This record gives sequence, structure tokens and C-alpha cells, in this order.
Amino acid sequence: MNFPEELKYTEDHEWVLAEDDVVTIGISDFAQDQLGDIVFVELPEVGDTLEEGKTFGVVESVKAVSDVYAPVSGEVVEINEELPDAPEAVNNSPYEDGWMIKIKLSDPAQLDSLMNATVYQEFVEKD
Amino acid sequence: MNKTPLNQIHRQLGARMVDFGGWDMPVQYSGVIAEHMAVRTTAGLFDVSHMGEIEVSGSQAFDFLQYVTTNDLSCLNDGQVQYTALCYETGGVVDDLTLYRFTADRYLLCVNASNSDKDFAWLEDLLKKTDFSDLTLTNRSAEYAQLALQGPVAANILAKLTSTDLSAIKFYRFVEGQVAGIDAIISRTGYTGEDGFELYCPAEDGVKLWEELMRVGQSLGLKPIGLGARDTLRLEKAYALYGHEITADIMPIEARLGWITKLKKGNFVGRDAMLKAKEAGLPRKLIALTLTTSGVPREGYPVFCNGREVGYVTSGTMSPILKKGIALALVETAIADSDQPLEIGIRKRQMPAERTTLPFVK
Repeated sequence: MNFPEELKYTEDHEWVLAEDDVVTIGISDFAQDQLGDIVFVELPEVGDTLEEGKTFGVVESVKAVSDVYAPVSGEVVEINEELPDAPEAVNNSPYEDGWMIKIKLSDPAQLDSLMNATVYQEFVEKD
Repeated sequence: MNKTPLNQIHRQLGARMVDFGGWDMPVQYSGVIAEHMAVRTTAGLFDVSHMGEIEVSGSQAFDFLQYVTTNDLSCLNDGQVQYTALCYETGGVVDDLTLYRFTADRYLLCVNASNSDKDFAWLEDLLKKTDFSDLTLTNRSAEYAQLALQGPVAANILAKLTSTDLSAIKFYRFVEGQVAGIDAIISRTGYTGEDGFELYCPAEDGVKLWEELMRVGQSLGLKPIGLGARDTLRLEKAYALYGHEITADIMPIEARLGWITKLKKGNFVGRDAMLKAKEAGLPRKLIALTLTTSGVPREGYPVFCNGREVGYVTSGTMSPILKKGIALALVETAIADSDQPLEIGIRKRQMPAERTTLPFVK
């Protein structure tokens, strides 16, 4: 299982790529593997305000419905428009083609509470 | 937790295991969609050893079964299988099952795993309460392993391991023969809507039967299939699943199972309640719905008509073949029979759904 070093992770298995005050968010390789074949993704709209820890979307596999939680607070500035028609991208490419949303951080300090790849990997292996 | 004789095989294959009604069962191996497509295009092998088997034998076996099941046993010859149900006096369903007739006085009932003990107790209870005396009920569930070999090339695979003439076994017929040297009931039945077989063998031979089928089947595309795909496969064909389309509170005649409910065959358990309900007009009816937008209907989601809740989804999924959300739903009869537009409530939204003829996948 692959957990890129440059990302930060949450206990709910989202990842965050923080390049500047706009961050990209998706779900981890572990999350997509646990879910199985993903057949539906529901995302918020551009302009929506997200609050850390609250659900921002839904990922559905054949068997299950799972909420996706905002790792940080902020405003949605872009969503992955390809996902509704190609939800399998979350399985095939969770960190690239399967990205979900980009948000403009309202509190960059929230990033500090996320796990790095090493800690997340340990967290997943304990799970 | 209960384990089938093939439990170790599933673990070796890396299956994801789940607790399925008290049974430790594989939900998927390679992935639900890939497994689903394998069964539709080539073949799949399922461990269904968790299913229960109850033998009913004796000179009054026929009369007893005709009284406790809904279908008409008099249509059945030796070597034939019948889909039927056990009902309560209320008309609600105890279980649905396949009934095998070996001879006029020996039958095998294949019942749902999680209902197996309940069914056996129910039959014992009925036996005590009635005048039938010359028959024996035997719970043989632990004695059998059961494998389902399903898909367009299932017969080609099975033919490699048996001298039995498979072309002579028509749909819903069975023979006793040998597969890979193992004594087996070879039944041309299944729960996928594809051609295929259900094979019953002694529990201790289950592993060998699985391994031999996989060995000769692999080059023809045979894959192990978990319960996840078993559910999507049956739902595309709109087959009822106990606990969903049929329950103790749903009559078979409400769930489009009138064809296995022979109200004219004479008295049987549940018939009076069904006749009464039919005369009064059945309040609800099972219908098939397809979502016209993206989304996945799920069990328990409400069905709306003009903003009013008129029923609920009994089973729903994303159809791997149609790539659309499909659902079976129990709704008010008047609404079901009308052409008023329907919606399925998915989280906070009401998504338009079209009535569809059954099955979803022809």
C-alpha cells in the first residue's frame, strides 16, 4: 500500500496536499482498498464553506456508503469534475486522478494536527 | 462463528471475510465488479456451503410438504427442483427455498443459512401440530458442502470432471453423479440468472471439489466469487432475497412471488391469510426502479410520489452491467400501478426513478 511522503493524513483516511493556502484533498490508498469498487462520488459545490471534521461528500462502493470528512476548514475553490462520471479513478489513482476537492484554508495551523506518512502508516497497520 | 469446509481456501485466496448471519464468509476476492463480470461473461465459483439442507422422507412426505410449502408439489417429478416458500399462518414468509424431489417419498430442502435452524424448528413444530405421522425430518446441513458453478461456460468446465451427460440435465433438474470422483448432486440451478450448476457433495470432499473445479476452469476464465457479487448478480435478475424482499411481514404474493404461491392447490399454511388479503386488496406491491440520474439506491431508502412517502427500497445497488442504480421497492399498490413519477430519497435529495420491467438485466 502506498502513502506518499508529501501528503498529510487524517484518522478518517483522507489525505491533504498542502502546497500553499489552497490544499487538495482525497482519500487514501487504504481507504479505497477497504471500500472496494467505488461506483459513486458526491462532492460539495465550489463556494461551499467546509468545517474541519464535518462531512463534505460521500463515496459509495457497490456494498457501502461512506462519508468523507474535511481535514481542514475553508472554502471549496475547485472540485474534480471528472469523478461523477469516473468514480473508479478513486480506486485506480487515489492520489492523482482520484483527487476530490481543493479548498482555500481558513486556518493553516489546522494542518499541524494531521499525520505524516510514517505516522499514518503505523495508524493504518494498527487498525 | 460458523465456518464452511472451505474457510481456509478463502483465506489462502486473500478473500475479504465478513460475518454473514453468523457465518465467516468471503465477501470478495478480486473485487465485486470484476467477479460480477466474470459470472456474466465466463464463469464463477461460489462457496455456498453455509446454505442449509433438510431432508424430508417417508410415505407422508409429499402430503406434509404440500401442506407446508406454497408451490404445488404435484407438478414435480423425480429429479426435478422447485422454487417454493414456507409461510406462517399470517401469510408472511418463514423462508424461501429450493425443493428437490428424489422420489415420491424423499425430498431435500435447500434453505437459507441464517434461517436453517428456524426452518427446521418450524417444520418440527408443524409436524407435531398436524396429523402427519409417517415421515422423518433430518437436518443434514452440516453433512453437505455446496458449490455453485455459474456462468456461460459453467457446463464446459463441469464436463471436464464428470461423465454425466450434462445436456440431459435441463434447467431446474438434477441428477446424482460423480464430479472429480466425488459423489455429488448435480443440479442445474442457481441464483445468478446465468446457466450453471449447484453441486452438493459430502462436507469432507468440498475442498477437493473446489480445487478440481478451479484447476480445470481457470483457463476458461473461472474465478472465485464472493457474497458481494452474489448479491449484485441476483439483484440484476430481480431475485428475491430473504430478509429484504420477503420477510415474516411480507407475503410472497406482495413480492411478485405469486407464481410460487398456488392458492388453488388446496389448503396450505398461510393460504387463508393470503386469500383474505387478496380479497381485501393487497396494500403494497414490489416494483423495479432504475435511477435516471447518478446515485445508488440502498435498502431502506424511502420512495416518494409527489413528495409523499409511498414505500421503501427492499434492495438496491449499482448494476455493474447497466452502470445505473437499480432497486426493488415495496410501494402502495395504487401508486405502483399508476404512471405517476416516483423518486427515491437518497440522503437529503429525492432522485427521479423510472419503473422498469423485471428483470433489470434480461
